[in-house]
Amino acid sequence: MSSKKALAKRNGNGGHAPIQKKSASESHALDFGKAWDYAPAPESPDHVKLKSRYELFIGGKWVKPQSKKYFETISPSTEQKIADIAEADAADVDAAVVAARKAHDKYWAKMPGAERAKYIFRIARALQEKARELAIVESMDGGKPIKESRDVDVPLAAAHFFYHAGWADKLDYAFHGRRARPLGVAGQIIPWNFPLLMAAWKLAPALACGNTVVLKPAETTPLTALLLGQIIEEAELPPGVVNIITGAGATGAALVAHPDVNKIAFTGSTEIGKRIQRSLAGSNKKLTLELGGKAANIIFADAPIDQAVEGIIKGIYFNQGHVCCAGSRLLVEESVHDIVVRKLRDRMATLRLGDPLDKNTDVGAINSKMQLQKIKELVKIGEDEGGDRFSAPCPIPQKGYWFAPTFFTGVAQSSRIAREEIFGPVLSILTFRTPDEAVEKANNTMYGLSAGIWTDKGAKIFWLAQKLKAGVIWGNTYNKFDPSSPFGGYKESGFGREGGRQGLSAYVELE
Amino acid sequence: MTLQVQVQSKKQFGAPAYFNPASPPVDQVAIEERVAALAKRSIKKASKVAGLRLSVAMMDLTTLEGKDTAGKVRQMCQKALLPLDSDPSIGPVAAVCVYPNLVTVAKKALKGSTVKVASVATAFPSGQSPLPIKLDDVRRAVEFGADEIDMVIDRGAMLAGDYRKVFDEIAATKEACGAAHLKVILETGELGSLDTVRKASEIGIAAGGDFIKTSTGKIVPAATPQVTLVMLEAIRDHFYATGNKIGMKPAGGIRTAKQALHYLVIVKETLGDAWLTPDLFRFGASTLLNDVLMQLEKERTGFYQANEDFSKD
Repeated sequence: MSSKKALAKRNGNGGHAPIQKKSASESHALDFGKAWDYAPAPESPDHVKLKSRYELFIGGKWVKPQSKKYFETISPSTEQKIADIAEADAADVDAAVVAARKAHDKYWAKMPGAERAKYIFRIARALQEKARELAIVESMDGGKPIKESRDVDVPLAAAHFFYHAGWADKLDYAFHGRRARPLGVAGQIIPWNFPLLMAAWKLAPALACGNTVVLKPAETTPLTALLLGQIIEEAELPPGVVNIITGAGATGAALVAHPDVNKIAFTGSTEIGKRIQRSLAGSNKKLTLELGGKAANIIFADAPIDQAVEGIIKGIYFNQGHVCCAGSRLLVEESVHDIVVRKLRDRMATLRLGDPLDKNTDVGAINSKMQLQKIKELVKIGEDEGGDRFSAPCPIPQKGYWFAPTFFTGVAQSSRIAREEIFGPVLSILTFRTPDEAVEKANNTMYGLSAGIWTDKGAKIFWLAQKLKAGVIWGNTYNKFDPSSPFGGYKESGFGREGGRQGLSAYVELE
Repeated sequence: MTLQVQVQSKKQFGAPAYFNPASPPVDQVAIEERVAALAKRSIKKASKVAGLRLSVAMMDLTTLEGKDTAGKVRQMCQKALLPLDSDPSIGPVAAVCVYPNLVTVAKKALKGSTVKVASVATAFPSGQSPLPIKLDDVRRAVEFGADEIDMVIDRGAMLAGDYRKVFDEIAATKEACGAAHLKVILETGELGSLDTVRKASEIGIAAGGDFIKTSTGKIVPAATPQVTLVMLEAIRDHFYATGNKIGMKPAGGIRTAKQALHYLVIVKETLGDAWLTPDLFRFGASTLLNDVLMQLEKERTGFYQANEDFSKD
């Protein structure tokens, strides 16, 4: 055989460069084994000083709950108890709202914006100083990998305080000649997926605009919000400007129902969001809701495929898929479906699931037993409905709540796993043939929080962005956040925006 | 000879006048994010030692200077065989890389060992000479005993869009190599964009390169994690399509053990176990070896040794 012939044989397709098509034979498998593996690299929690019991932060003091009740917060990766947390009942909620009202009237609303800014800057700097401790606690309490809490949650939380501190003395210029006045007392209820970051998203704009706050963190992840309470105490904010009450649904319901609250901001499930909106009907309270999502991540054949595969990973397996804007519905142009799936499978073989405190962990623990149950149920439904399941071949630890990164192919638009939010590391893959079909399928959902577009053509991104009914649209990237960029949804993903000038407007009355 | 090759390849590939091999687009922002994420892998203890030892075994110890002499090359070969006299279990390196004139010296110094002799050729480093001269350069280096030939592509032709010329020269060089392995240097520092790097990779692979290599070491920037990832992705697509494994050699600018480990992480997580071998991955470097040895000694003894404790050649 001449060397030319040998070459043509080697190159498989007549010597031309390989074309990315589904003709790619699947017999050539990559092996992501342990020829050279990483040693465990756990972040040491030794210097983190947690108390065994946390009280309520009301009126600048740590007070025992009038309910006299406590609940446990555990680490979802070990199922071990970390601390006892006070459970606030209606009387505790009332005390917190009274403290917030007093702080609003006496100090915070009257204070010049430049003075408020100093306090908010102080919180931001303290978050940076305690970044390592906060990241470790976030990973212990919530199960997310330390690389995410270290590189995303904590720095972004600090960034939100920095950004909004800057607005505090410029509010008169934020709304085109109209004067902004604070609303009063804001009741804020935040979810368990980004505990500290969501606290920052809620607190920073409220404080910058002169409101005082009663904040209720989620019952499975109260610790970083309580550490933030300590930071606020150390920053010497006037007593009652920020009150932190812990508890489950009943505590939140009491806060929503309290007559002296001027505004409710809620991030969480669509179901609870609807309940809140119903209960507020006829009241004078303002409301913003940031709820669920079932975002389409759309990959065109002309996309940079390898980078798009990274975008899929980032879109759905970031934070175990506990992300309201997760790219949980992958829409792939049919001509590249097979190669995308193949590359995705190989990429998933490199994901490292395990100890959230290990710096090399990519996928941490599922936040709670309840959530794990819900994920398992929906995955079962996906299987029953005939979807083809693939789960990453990663070993699962004995203790704790875990779910291997998973995707389904052959999913129909009508499947429940294509319609319902799973809020876990589970991706549904669908195909489309034309850009119009991509738009139609992407919008065929009750949600409208976010979407991703992957194509090498800028014009296509703009064309699609105009047609997609989603609050946030990413072009050739996914899950990018910035305090100056408003975030929020359409339809059952809620209303109101957080971040940017739009986010400020949710916390002011305009004159 | 030249003419013959061109006619052959035209016959082979059906030769439309305009030849532009398919290459998928590359998103530079996402590439940078990916290599940055991979740089955060924490490599410690046993994993660090194993990675560093592997780096030594993957090294093409290089000297490519006008002032190179037989004495210098002999000393480097000695270092290639036994990088650290206090620990003979480290090494030898994969190959030494020299100019054609010094191949016979290296060959003699390395006789009986596993260390290969690589020679740069094809009017290295610019490649700006007529093809017959470049091919003659290759044939002579092979005659002198080179096991591997590191050629340079015609970057001028690449940037001018004359992809056929780039392809044909590589194919002709491959033929001139005979049994010697061919590494195709893209000189990514002169290609200007990752899209062009990707296209050059496709051409280098399709035209017969056994390895694709980033740089000559004479241009800044030389190897970067970004271009390396793009080239590894081209190798991966070729493997998916054909099952054939093409090697990768980042060269130039890799000076520290930490950088070397970063490259290994990129290989491990892009192509997997099969590529974690000197047969398919090499580092082209002159000063990297001593930093790796210093880190290995630090892991062994618990202390950093002085620079002077490591032989320069």
